[in-house]
Amino acid sequence: MTRRLVQRVVAPALVLLAVIGLWQLVVRGFDVKQYVLPAPSSIVRRLFESWSILLPNLRVTAEEMLLGFGLAAAVGITLGVVLASSPLFGRSLLPLVIASQTVPVIAIAPVLVIWFGYDILPRVLVTALIAFFPLTVNTVAGIRAVDPEHVRLFRSLEASRIQIFCKLTFPSGLPYIFAGLKVAATLSVIGATVGEWVGADRGLGYQIVTDSAQLDTTRVFASILLLSLSGIVLYLLVAALEWVSLPWRHSARARRRLALDAPRVFRMRPVNEGGAPR
Amino acid sequence: MLAGIELSAAENEFVAIVGPTGCGKSTLFHILAGLVMPTAGAVHLDGRDITGSTGNVAYMMQKDLLLDWRRVLDNVALGPELAGEPRAAARARAKALLPVFGLDGFDDFYPSALSGGMRQRAALMRTFLCNKSLLLLDEPFSSLDALTRAGLHEWLQKVCADFPRTVLLITHDPEEAVLLADRIYVLTRRPATVKGIVEVDLPRPRDHDTVGDPRFAELKRRVLDLVWEERSE
Repeated sequence: MTRRLVQRVVAPALVLLAVIGLWQLVVRGFDVKQYVLPAPSSIVRRLFESWSILLPNLRVTAEEMLLGFGLAAAVGITLGVVLASSPLFGRSLLPLVIASQTVPVIAIAPVLVIWFGYDILPRVLVTALIAFFPLTVNTVAGIRAVDPEHVRLFRSLEASRIQIFCKLTFPSGLPYIFAGLKVAATLSVIGATVGEWVGADRGLGYQIVTDSAQLDTTRVFASILLLSLSGIVLYLLVAALEWVSLPWRHSARARRRLALDAPRVFRMRPVNEGGAPR
Repeated sequence: MLAGIELSAAENEFVAIVGPTGCGKSTLFHILAGLVMPTAGAVHLDGRDITGSTGNVAYMMQKDLLLDWRRVLDNVALGPELAGEPRAAARARAKALLPVFGLDGFDDFYPSALSGGMRQRAALMRTFLCNKSLLLLDEPFSSLDALTRAGLHEWLQKVCADFPRTVLLITHDPEEAVLLADRIYVLTRRPATVKGIVEVDLPRPRDHDTVGDPRFAELKRRVLDLVWEERSE
């Protein structure tokens, strides 16, 4: 257990600290100009100084991120399910969906601003457009990964199509869907920021554009830090949801060795000798 | 794939089907389960024509096909649940039967925590709980090691004695067929027909002592002869 703790928490934390420390030393040692590369300590100081400016912007960007992610999740999963379940839709729509990904979303963003104005809507749409694709692809993969023998078993038990979907196809595809959701979570930070670059008067993306025009590189880094942290928070939220939704992947009741250590094993009746725990 | 097979099983009879790999045994089961419509012929159960209709038989395949995300109790109660029985009632009924299937105390475990033999027993329990009078077992023990398999053979006879069902077992192990079955059909290669029928009149329960019985050896020999005859042709 302690070894796991060292591997999973202590080691990455030490590496992170080392990188930040090196950064600080290089900037201070070589006397790098503040507007080229600010030291970590100045970034943190600037973050607290500008808190009253950055916090409202963070709120705006976080809102876009969450709404965009929610939209991407709803559309991405639904689209994936439809594409995977219907051969007709799969063959006719999937190439179109893939082709749509070769269009740089950043190029469409100004058009969205023309259509929907300087509102939150075009930025949410940009976020969703950037985030939905990996989720759709993963959902398709998850739905198609269902074992045909399981389907046969369900059919032999006279399961309806809805029962097969709800009790077999969807739960078996859920690990894939969560993998897609995690990618979508990190992409929605990019989406929200890009959306603000193209057309916004608020938000951290907008703040970065303004600050870099004034060579306030330190505050640009402070905004980047906040963006990165909000992406991490969203990712962790998805990971927590996955943990709760897929107990069979980590529960003690799913682990062979723990199961055998449990005293209840020894209460088994003699009829079991055939399947005595290995 | 199949050509003119006539199979029949009386109520609560245990019938084994032995045949070379790829002779269409599994296709036969798919037809019996109603998953595949035969090009010719019919399936009758209790005097009803059930050709091409599902839900009349309980089916167990070579793989245990337990659902990873369901606890043991929810896995074994799948049949009644899909049939629309209230979940609580189905679970309660299943829970009472766990000791019989050697899964007592494992109701809230996930399948990944079970050994191969336990998984197979859970799959068999799911099949029994479907409450069908006819069970189709498609090489249920072929993925297990010999000792686990031997244990399950004796245990399966006990379960069949406690819960009488008509059972059709596909196997390519003549010894398993003689040990478990009342009657054995040996099939030919594709297109498969019935090569011969061996009646097994050994007394039950049969266990590892039975295997040493000269009559057991003689019956196994007859099954093997039919299989080899087919091979050499």
